[in-house]
Amino acid sequence: MLQAFGDAIALLQALDRDVLAIAALSVRVSLLAVTFACLVGLPLGALVAVTAFPGRQAAIAVLNALMGLPAVVVGLVVYLLLSRSGPLGAWGLLFTPTAMVMAQTVLVTPLIAALTRQIVEDADRELGEQLRSLRLGLWRRATTLLYDARFSLVVAILAAFGRAISEVGAVLVVGGNIAGHTRTMTTAISLETQKGDLPLALALGLVLIGIVIAINALASGLRLYAMRAYG
Amino acid sequence: MSTVLPILLEEVVFRPGGRRVIDGLSARIKTPGITALIGPNGAGKSVTLRIIDGLLVPDGGTIRFGDRPPSLVRRAFVFQRPALVRASVAANVALGLSSMRLSSSARRERVRNALERVGLADRADDPARKLSGGEQQRLALARAWVSEPELLLLDEPTANLDPGATEAIERLVAAIAEAGVKVILVSHNLGQVARLSEDVLVVERGRVVEHGPARQVLQTPRSTEARSYIKGELPWTLFAAAS
Repeated sequence: MLQAFGDAIALLQALDRDVLAIAALSVRVSLLAVTFACLVGLPLGALVAVTAFPGRQAAIAVLNALMGLPAVVVGLVVYLLLSRSGPLGAWGLLFTPTAMVMAQTVLVTPLIAALTRQIVEDADRELGEQLRSLRLGLWRRATTLLYDARFSLVVAILAAFGRAISEVGAVLVVGGNIAGHTRTMTTAISLETQKGDLPLALALGLVLIGIVIAINALASGLRLYAMRAYG
Repeated sequence: MSTVLPILLEEVVFRPGGRRVIDGLSARIKTPGITALIGPNGAGKSVTLRIIDGLLVPDGGTIRFGDRPPSLVRRAFVFQRPALVRASVAANVALGLSSMRLSSSARRERVRNALERVGLADRADDPARKLSGGEQQRLALARAWVSEPELLLLDEPTANLDPGATEAIERLVAAIAEAGVKVILVSHNLGQVARLSEDVLVVERGRVVEHGPARQVLQTPRSTEARSYIKGELPWTLFAAAS
């Protein structure tokens, strides 16, 4: 085991091309997925937070439940959509990075929407009455609260990125783990472990852990800065 | 004279969950300047203010502002605790202009003027939540004032402030009223009420129990409720006196 760990460090020190390519693809796919998820999840969560409508509590319960979507089930659904006989089969996207982005977007959109709903609702408790007295419309209220809560939301977005980059089920099903094409850190770790190539699996694991730690450090730093700068 | 006058509240009822918070409240406010709403905690003063602003919809009764529909009356509200967005001082004031169609230069100009009027022009770029309590309340007043309201509603605006900050707010409120804005002020500070207001409404259990010129209500209140509130009589002293 120590030998494998030593070899993994050597791979990282040598800036192994395979390791870098796999890590870069993972980061690219997850970044894109989180970006698309933000475009949908932030406004959706904010609007649910500030709007009163029949069935709102049920909608919130569904949104919260979807946070725990099993990645492999999301992968399966997107697979069915993109498979040759599926409704989007003509696009020919299965086993491409685009399919992986789609699957991860589906996976983390509810997470971002649910966290945004909670964060914006808390902000609305503090500011909502004032914003209504300023005669702001629904959309303007939602965007003002999103802006007010932006530092907390960044933490939520980083949490979503953490979920996306560390999941294995969805990208494995729709990406197929094709070397040099759709192989991400998590799928590669899974494969290399089964093959017995522990140094490569460990090296990728270390990169993955490093990214997750960096995300958490960034989130903590940002919160600290925001508290100091904006109160 | 403000065009929102007279402000008529007729048999206003507000009963969330069946509890009568406002119980047939009626008043005719026709004096320009500052009208104070006083009364014990839970009497319904702040709720009345929110109903006048439109933040709460009453379950019964009517509210009229002169001969104009409420939707056409420009109203602004300043709360006891200023609710400020995590943004600059200037951005918070600009929020008061959100519902107006203005060019960006006109918007900037109005924000600058509002900040000058409350003495915060040199803090325009500072984070709003980093201001002191008194400065935050002056900022809240600037945000209300910048929208050029005809009616300004103040809910205990100096409740959490020290005497110096309170004095600054009182000067601003007086200046706003002198500029022709009708002001309705909820306050427990009877000295403040005496200094600022033209007339006083005493609210008790969701009804107006007395309404008259400030001097008369504060010095020679007619109703028992107003007398006991103004004299600061507590239930056990009343009980002791009765026995």
